[in-house]
Amino acid sequence: MAEVAPARRRVPIVPFLRLPDDGEPYLVAQRCTACGATYLGRRRACGRCLGRGPFEEIGLSRRGVLYVWSIVHQSLPGVAVPYVVGIVDLPEGVSVRCNLVDVEPDPARLRFGMPVELTTAISQQDREGNDVVAFAFRPVRD
Amino acid sequence: MSEAYVAGVGMLKIGRYPARDPVDLGAEAALQALDDAGLGMRDVQLVVCGNLLQAMNMIGQRILQQIGQTGIPVINVTNACATGSTAFRQCVTAVRAGEVDVALAIGVEQMGKMGLLGGGGGSGIRTEGVIGSSLMPAVFAQAGMEHMRRYGTTREQFARVAVKNHAHSTRNPLSQYQVETPLEQVLAARMVAYPNTLLMCCPTGDGAAAAVVVSAAKARQLGARVRVRAAVLSSDPWSERDLVLPDVNTLTRSAAAQAYEMAGVGPEDLDLVELHDCFATAELLHYENLGLCGEGEAGRLIDAGETALGGRIPVNVSGGLLSKGHPLGATGVANVYEIVQHLRAQAGARQVEGARVGLAHVIGLGSACTVTILGV
Repeated sequence: MAEVAPARRRVPIVPFLRLPDDGEPYLVAQRCTACGATYLGRRRACGRCLGRGPFEEIGLSRRGVLYVWSIVHQSLPGVAVPYVVGIVDLPEGVSVRCNLVDVEPDPARLRFGMPVELTTAISQQDREGNDVVAFAFRPVRD
Repeated sequence: MSEAYVAGVGMLKIGRYPARDPVDLGAEAALQALDDAGLGMRDVQLVVCGNLLQAMNMIGQRILQQIGQTGIPVINVTNACATGSTAFRQCVTAVRAGEVDVALAIGVEQMGKMGLLGGGGGSGIRTEGVIGSSLMPAVFAQAGMEHMRRYGTTREQFARVAVKNHAHSTRNPLSQYQVETPLEQVLAARMVAYPNTLLMCCPTGDGAAAAVVVSAAKARQLGARVRVRAAVLSSDPWSERDLVLPDVNTLTRSAAAQAYEMAGVGPEDLDLVELHDCFATAELLHYENLGLCGEGEAGRLIDAGETALGGRIPVNVSGGLLSKGHPLGATGVANVYEIVQHLRAQAGARQVEGARVGLAHVIGLGSACTVTILGV
């Protein structure tokens, strides 16, 4: 009788990253239907207007613009440095904290407002051995 | 409401004390403050102790086991980097409410060399450095980059903050570091998170400070003259990117506006400021947040030397967090210690001549902000 290995799954690094089987990965947000404030992750009530919602889930654009950035040269033990981090503004009115990949960690290569797009990669395995998929942004090439 | 006065302060040199524990450090600072006030533990009716890394260990009560168990109420508080200043404010609040005549605020921290990098994650999934950075160096680097984006602030202008504060610290015997660092050295130091180099980041260190807060009646009796003109605490209101890049500006502006209103003074009336320069980038933001200059003028202010000792509005003459050190829970009380030294004309080589009004500002990320105004 053949052993059945437990299926190794792909799991998102955060709940607001979606990994559809039949399409490109994307981020989702919760939008307050009263005031339009948009959040990564669930809210009981809106931090801006205090309304109890309801909140609607919206899919977020894969493209945005780089608001600010930094190059990190010192981090937790085991984290390879240097790496580029940034805050990306998306057109739906929400900002994302992220790593920037496919760009040299060089101030001359980075500029405020540069167009960036979502990309994903397996970052690690979790305790059950599943592949943890992380998102990042990279400069738009075209 | 009764007025509150600072009758005594104490502070240990910030540094590394591997052979001691936070209870011992806090007890020493507390006794210094009581001696300075001319009071003893029998006179104290409330202790509020600020400590972050041992927050579950009843550190205030353990300090009283060292200096006097009188059965009074003890409150242990934690509020990130604003822990010590929150403890101080709680003492002010209790005195103003008329609940007590004498309250003792203690701030203490033993950090070791890892500081906040020592913590471990819970889920087993590592996110730091994978989906951005929520560590303080990257947060304050990006907060500085936001200022650069808006106003064209330069790396050199941020670096001059470190030059100034390290120079100030050579006049403060309680400062962890007391070494001048010229601009070239600051810029050439190892990069931590662009644009902040190592010399533009506060060090880790152990420390303790204490302050005795008393009512007007008690102050008259003791001859204490330093009055608490405002002690304000705010948290971060909703703002556009606060949840991904903590907005250290809005809550500082809110706390400052309330404090100026409460004290009946404006930024033009201040003789000195101790503000939260955890990273060099942060100091420039807070020049504008506290109203020391107009929007976008912080770079010009540091270039012109207006915030150096002897300038129009000296900032962080203690050496600031960048050089004096930043033992988290102790920092807010250490700021009060510094302002009190100047208002009593006891600050020695770093004295701001004729100082009558001083402001202390602390930010704890997450976020909490205190603005305290003291005057004579």
